[in-house]
Amino acid sequence: MNLTAKDKNTVRTFWAKISTNAEDIGTDFCLKIKSFFPPFFRMLVVYPQTKTYFSHWKDPSPSSAPVKKHGATVMAGVADAVAKIDDLRAGLLSLSELHAFTLRVDPANFKVLSHNILVVLAISFPNDFTPEVHVAMDKFLSAVFHLSLMST
Amino acid sequence: MGGAQLDVYKVDLLGLLTHTRQRKQPNQNSKMVKWSDFERAAIQDIFSKINYDVVGCAALSRCLIVYPWTQRYFGGFGNLYNAAAITSNPKVAAHGKVIMAGLEKAVKNMDDIKTTYKDLSVLHSEKLQVDPDNFNLLADCLTIVVAGQMGAAFTPEVHGAFQKFLAVVVASLRKQYH
Repeated sequence: MNLTAKDKNTVRTFWAKISTNAEDIGTDFCLKIKSFFPPFFRMLVVYPQTKTYFSHWKDPSPSSAPVKKHGATVMAGVADAVAKIDDLRAGLLSLSELHAFTLRVDPANFKVLSHNILVVLAISFPNDFTPEVHVAMDKFLSAVFHLSLMST
Repeated sequence: MGGAQLDVYKVDLLGLLTHTRQRKQPNQNSKMVKWSDFERAAIQDIFSKINYDVVGCAALSRCLIVYPWTQRYFGGFGNLYNAAAITSNPKVAAHGKVIMAGLEKAVKNMDDIKTTYKDLSVLHSEKLQVDPDNFNLLADCLTIVVAGQMGAAFTPEVHGAFQKFLAVVVASLRKQYH
């Protein structure tokens, strides 16, 4: 999956525009605007098979500490990937190894998480999430998650 | 890396490894999809609120833009060279309405979408020869467009109901592929 220079610029520009809210997308913003639920929690609700990776959490509700924390961790990871967009392979190497060899997440689940991030972006930024931004973000997230799994 | 199995290994308090299998047993007696009251209400509510003219065109446009290989099925649509051309293409807009009309049939016949879509499925497989994996791509774009239109009302629970509805629609469209 090759990101063109135009894709990278679109992602950087869009992310800069929303980045005052990016962490909020992960946590508190969602509690302020009650129904905006973070992508990570949304994924757990809409695609319950993803909960199987988090059976060690007693409370999978959106206000629970582990869900909030992991939601923020995931979005911080995405923000980090934006900063490292010119060399995702090197930038994401340690995360890649973690998810592939330690956590052993089925690759299909990353596509699901990616979709949920896009849905929350569409809800949160309906005017900025144009088709051009959508395709750039989709390609970017595919590249990020592809690298998060295929570290070998 | 493993396949799509849903085995969950849990370590209980005594440190013994217990193996819990999560696999749905197929229900041999009922072939109908079961909808909860919430799901029915959520689907009806979504379709009563969304603007058909906007949503159909926007979803199809996004599909053609984000997944450009889908353009292979629309050779007769003229200018699809870039995002601006696609979103302003009148044939894309017209076809968006056709898609919404098809979805409306499913909403009106939620208890037997499979039969309702039998001819549509044959059309897509035998005449149009569409790779059925593409149905999921359009479904994803539709979800994103509906989410954008509905905003905060598109809660995870409503999203889940819509996801289930689209999964049934896609499965029904795949049914007559042999």
